[in-house]
Amino acid sequence: MPAVHYLNATHGPASWFFTRDHKRIALLYLYSVSAFFLVGGIFAMMIRLELATPRGDLMSAETYNKAFTAHGVVMVFFFLIPSIPAILGNFLVPLMIGAKDLAFPRINLLSWYLYMAGALFGVAALVSGGVDTGWTFYTPYSTAASNTHVVLTAMGAFIAGFSSIFTGLNFIVTIHTMRAPGMTWDRLPLFIWSHYATSLIMMLGTPVIAVTLLMIVLERTLRLGFFNPTLGGDPVLFQHLFWFYSHPAVYIMVLPGMGVISELIAAFSRKPVFGYKMVAMASLGIALISFLVWGHHMFTTSQSVLAAVTFSFLSFLVAIPSAIKVFNWTATLYRGSVLLASPMLYALGFIGLFTIGGITGLFLAAIGLDIHVHDTYFVIAHFHYVMVGGTLLAYLGGMHYWWPKITGRLYSEPWAKTSAVIVFVGFNLTFFPQFVLGYMGMPRRYHAYPVEEVSWQVLNLLSSAGASILALGLVLPAIYLTYSAFWGRPAGPNPWGAYGLEWDTTSPPPTANFEVTPIVTKPAYYYAPEEH
Amino acid sequence: MGGTFRLFPEQASTMAGRVDNLYFFMLAVTVFFSVLVATLVVVLALKYRRRKADEVGANIHGSTALEVIWTAIPLLISMVMFVWGTSVYFALAKPPAEALEVYIVGKRWMWKAQHLTGHREINQLHVPVGTPVKLLISSEDVIHSYYIPAFRQKIDAVPGKTTTMWFEANKPGSYQLFCAEYCGTQHSGMIGKVVAMEPREYQQWLTAGAPAGTLTSVGEQEFATLGCVTCHNDRDNARGPSLAGVFGKPQQLANGTTVMADDAYLRESILNPQAKMVQGYQPLMPTYQGQISEDALVTLLAYIKSLDTPGATHDAATPAGTH
Amino acid sequence: MSHTTADAAHHPALQHHFDTLEQQQNASTFGMWTFLVTEVLFFGGFFMAYILYRWMYNASFHEASHELNVWLGLFNTAVLIGSSLTMALAVRASKTGERSQLVMFLISTLVLGGVFLGVKVVEYAEKFSHHLVPGPHFQFHDAALKNGAEIYFSLYFGMTGLHAVHMILGGFVLVPLIVMAARGKFGPAWYTPIELFGLYWHFVDIVWIFLFPLLYLM
Repeated sequence: MPAVHYLNATHGPASWFFTRDHKRIALLYLYSVSAFFLVGGIFAMMIRLELATPRGDLMSAETYNKAFTAHGVVMVFFFLIPSIPAILGNFLVPLMIGAKDLAFPRINLLSWYLYMAGALFGVAALVSGGVDTGWTFYTPYSTAASNTHVVLTAMGAFIAGFSSIFTGLNFIVTIHTMRAPGMTWDRLPLFIWSHYATSLIMMLGTPVIAVTLLMIVLERTLRLGFFNPTLGGDPVLFQHLFWFYSHPAVYIMVLPGMGVISELIAAFSRKPVFGYKMVAMASLGIALISFLVWGHHMFTTSQSVLAAVTFSFLSFLVAIPSAIKVFNWTATLYRGSVLLASPMLYALGFIGLFTIGGITGLFLAAIGLDIHVHDTYFVIAHFHYVMVGGTLLAYLGGMHYWWPKITGRLYSEPWAKTSAVIVFVGFNLTFFPQFVLGYMGMPRRYHAYPVEEVSWQVLNLLSSAGASILALGLVLPAIYLTYSAFWGRPAGPNPWGAYGLEWDTTSPPPTANFEVTPIVTKPAYYYAPEEH
Repeated sequence: MGGTFRLFPEQASTMAGRVDNLYFFMLAVTVFFSVLVATLVVVLALKYRRRKADEVGANIHGSTALEVIWTAIPLLISMVMFVWGTSVYFALAKPPAEALEVYIVGKRWMWKAQHLTGHREINQLHVPVGTPVKLLISSEDVIHSYYIPAFRQKIDAVPGKTTTMWFEANKPGSYQLFCAEYCGTQHSGMIGKVVAMEPREYQQWLTAGAPAGTLTSVGEQEFATLGCVTCHNDRDNARGPSLAGVFGKPQQLANGTTVMADDAYLRESILNPQAKMVQGYQPLMPTYQGQISEDALVTLLAYIKSLDTPGATHDAATPAGTH
Repeated sequence: MSHTTADAAHHPALQHHFDTLEQQQNASTFGMWTFLVTEVLFFGGFFMAYILYRWMYNASFHEASHELNVWLGLFNTAVLIGSSLTMALAVRASKTGERSQLVMFLISTLVLGGVFLGVKVVEYAEKFSHHLVPGPHFQFHDAALKNGAEIYFSLYFGMTGLHAVHMILGGFVLVPLIVMAARGKFGPAWYTPIELFGLYWHFVDIVWIFLFPLLYLM
């Protein structure tokens, strides 16, 4: 390990809370995002414990409704959206393109403070009794009927949204203007391409949810009538405005994960990602089409037939670039030099689970089928397959892969492999039964379900059991990764023997990232035999 | 009482089988591709596992042919799914002309059904087997959703709108009814049963709790009580247009455009009269927003729809053989 | 960007992570443009709501807009366009290094912005006294059009309020810029903050150019 690096170059709390170093900011995000993941996970356990039995006997209906709302709000706004971009993106984007920092380091720090301010509002809402509207805040329930802390929560999400906008802005400008000499667009790692696409969505979509949340706050506090039918407003307008952001938002959640997977597959096969150009273009394609499909969340609101069919068609189209990526990743393994290290286990798990999650999305795009399964556990299973089986697995894989770069130390590989398997098994046991439950007709956001449906209880029990296993699998990395940060063996600059500018500097890197500005002459993922 | 153990919902409507067939097709595609990808991943990862620490993979960049194939095939399969799904949707969305109408009002946290015969039910809905039934659904407060898994149908109940959904039960039985849009504290308690009966039993049910008046006769009373009849009548100097025969016919508006007088138009004209003013009349009608309950509004709608053009025989849409 | 030599004695405004002032300037300007794109989307939500409700409540909107004072609106539009002119002149002065001109034009921009906000205060006060603020105390002379009018005024206050907030924030940024300009910090070598603020100010002006006809003239 180098004597001086970004972690020990300066000391004291002020050097962290007023840092401009993108790597330190990434760690600030790591601590806060991890804390919120734990909070969101606790609410998940509450839900699964209640649903293990049909009657609503563990907690009152109000508490349950607040628990699933908190689970959604925390996981969506304070974990899934920031996690990979704000932690891995912040840390790696400058390193991967050979820059000393992001374009706007102070705005980067501001982004973290905005995240914390938004989180503070969210915690305030929780502590003062919670909110029970669901994370989707549908009107007129949220504006005219709910007597919980809607305004506090909406303000929290509003403020956190600006964190997202500024991060996206920073990434776009950095990637355009600060690439090292020779780092042309067609040599950029796919992690950068996917973060670029993500940043486009962050910047174009988030302002719309911001103004929508603002309208909710105004409507509630000043009793305006944008969405209230008794005052002449249209409650479905809210859904259009909300989903205009929230659909692209799910690609904010998964595109960075796909970027991680590209890096992992390349590194642990020691060859270029198959179809590099297609994968890069697919990221941009997903970002573009993602803005055109929001109406597929609203097939049962009695929208016009023309609108419904258009949204359905476009929703089928948006799946194609994702399919292209899955096949390209799989093809990368062919004639590779494949090492099944723990990050690779997460990556391969992603490919399988994302395939299932993605195709079940098509079930929802087919309107005739969506009418039956909309607002049931089928939808919940679908999005947990892509968000947990997808994004979370990519996040864990990425954290493991770059852990030695971030901390300078190696973690325990046996523990890591074990945890990966536990997570995979626990996850499938939790969410697969929910596909069946959904098709059976179990609606979502239900505190209790009919006692006479025996199979529902069996499936729910399996799901809750799986959740405990999943929880165990997720707690383990928190322990062994933290342990390794203090007592792990030094990693050296490139413990995986991977290709990428981030591996050309020390582990941990110096504050300025590189002793000398790198000059790039090779394409991405260059593993020619004579080089190694 | 013993419970039912099944891993698949009953098929109790004419459309259920079509929805399930689409589902099975998509399930087959999912299984096929998941198994394919999983197998490829496992086989390739094992076959090409790293044998020496410094070994690298082959410097392969891609294959245009493969890209075309694995773009075209998913696209093709997606389009098949799209067309199939749309076709099922068209059938689910278009009620047959001669459907039996029932008005449903959702409110936190119960479902009120009003039959044209005047029968009212709470959290239940009795329907005959073998007859298409069209539900006209609205909400008194927040958005709900009327969901009958056994019929594979649902539609949201949106306040300020009337939404419609139809089905034809083809198997007698008692089926779960759920609210499927989160609506507050007792959302999971807003459930009930849809009871499909053989035609003869249904007739018996109808005659058994005969109510005081039909839906349209109650609506006629509302029409008078609320003062509608003072302007909307057949007199020569009437301040408002006569509503006889209005429903289902195009209306010429004051701004020159034409709209179809459907359920949405009738509802809007009562709650927001200025929105689509009909040609030839002054803008005098007050809004009834906030002054009429959803239940009463539903009876008005039923009454207005029953008014035929002058001279036609009065024929409210009641099921045959009852009254 | 292939800039191989860093300046031996670099400009005090050059930040350590950039190689040259030119690279920093490009990045900063690009950053402001991208930020303004997000602002378009931000206001866009309100404009979408306006379009929808205008279509639904045409008569009410038309009637309600008569409550606004077109002359005050026109005056404010002229004031704001004037402030964009003074801002453009300020940017030009910063490029040529004319310190006193720069300070004068920046102050003029601030003053004109203040006049605009002052007129808005007058307009808002008038709405309050005429019970045109949406909520439990809203009144409208035509009962049949009341709901649509209330939605109109919700949008009026929401959109002009958001616009005013942007102007106020701009004013807060303008003050330290005036101080820095007076101290001679800007010149041909580096005038980026003035240029970027100019972009922001022009955007705020353009939003008003859309708001004025939609709210006052239709």
